Amino acid sequence: MKSNTPIVSTAVAMLSGLVVLLLLLLPTNLDALYTALIRWAAALAAVALLVGLVNLVNVHIEKTSGGGADAANSGALLAAFGLTFLAAFILGPNGSAGGVEPANWLFQYVQVPVETSLMALLAVSLVYAAARLLRRVPNLFSIVFIGTALLVLLGASTLALGGPGLLVDVIAGVRDWITQVPAAAGARGLLVGVALGSVAAGLRILIGTDRPFGG
Amino acid sequence: MSSGLLAAGFLVLFILLIAGFSVYERVRQGGRNLRDIPAISRLIYAIGLAVEDGTRLHIALGTSDMTGEQGAPALAGLSILDRVARTASISDTPPVVTSGDGALSILSQTGLAGAYREMGVGELHDPSQARLVGVTPFSYAAGTLPIIHDEHVSATLMTGHFGPEIALIAETADRADGFTLAGTDSLPGQAVLYAAAQEPLIGEELFAAGAYLRSGLVHTASLRAQDVLRWLVVGAILAGGIVKLFG
Repeated sequence: MKSNTPIVSTAVAMLSGLVVLLLLLLPTNLDALYTALIRWAAALAAVALLVGLVNLVNVHIEKTSGGGADAANSGALLAAFGLTFLAAFILGPNGSAGGVEPANWLFQYVQVPVETSLMALLAVSLVYAAARLLRRVPNLFSIVFIGTALLVLLGASTLALGGPGLLVDVIAGVRDWITQVPAAAGARGLLVGVALGSVAAGLRILIGTDRPFGG
Repeated sequence: MSSGLLAAGFLVLFILLIAGFSVYERVRQGGRNLRDIPAISRLIYAIGLAVEDGTRLHIALGTSDMTGEQGAPALAGLSILDRVARTASISDTPPVVTSGDGALSILSQTGLAGAYREMGVGELHDPSQARLVGVTPFSYAAGTLPIIHDEHVSATLMTGHFGPEIALIAETADRADGFTLAGTDSLPGQAVLYAAAQEPLIGEELFAAGAYLRSGLVHTASLRAQDVLRWLVVGAILAGGIVKLFG
């Protein structure tokens, strides 16, 4: 019976992972090999990004041919993609035409404002999510979560309380205590769990039991 | 002792513990005896419901850089994707996977293809179901929202590296009356998803999901090894604190 386990790719993944790990942890004179392997990974990641972009373009070409509102959105995406790609490909990432750097201009005046708008929308979403949390899970933890968030926000905005004063000092002190004691302790606990989980995920690939590259 | 050797010793101990618990799990013949994580029980129910309804599952893998330290949560997400894809491969509506990194996008495509092949339905796999939607956190969120809206998604699983932008995705999925489960390695992301997601996975729960979804004995064994090492780390922190307190 033919095995579905990808032997070659599993062996390459295990070997390269093990070599990089050993070179990183143990004192050796093989820094050049370590650097070369890391550079190969970076180059492969860049090629993978190109493959991903081809996938993105393919999906939106399919959607454009489907018609409807989706087609218009996908058409706009393809036009913006083509324009940006051509500007960067012909002139280079920092190249200029008529005193304007098109790739940088597109980034500064299109990408950044759009992402900033989404960030503003995020503030509204978070307030709504907090209100919804109390409705969805009306328990002590939700009340503590919202109460703590409000206290820390209040402690950070002294203007709302009319400048310096006893109340402001008390709230600022409570905020400092929350962020430096219970929040820091909780964050460390979470980070220990995440770090151990991360190591375990990596080790499962190193010993060949997890094969995210298929099979 | 250098920190490199100390880390190497820690990894060797980790591997030995995984090996030991793997043997233990094999002897027990897979009886799991793990604490209940309600979010994962509801996830299993939501997957079954989506398969029966013919609605779509959406797995959001986030914007992890696979060559950096954020790769680990993406690996956990890929492990969950494998289990979900196997279950959903019999559905009329295949799952859709979104990612914000080129390498992660390729891994999700090969992962989906592998799961379909293992289930004997390789011909049903469509490579366009795993998509790169945006390479920055907010462009990723913006690219994901229309998929939830337009493609009859009934459950969204967000497992990978996400920042606060995860709230936009979770809220959109919630407005579409869908099930949302989310886990990330980022602390700001976890704080946000506690409020925004219906079923948040906090801390290491994201990495435990594979064991609960029956990804194999080694997943359960590595979970038990993590528990042992967590107690060791807690002991070391307490011992360090006591030593410092008493000079």
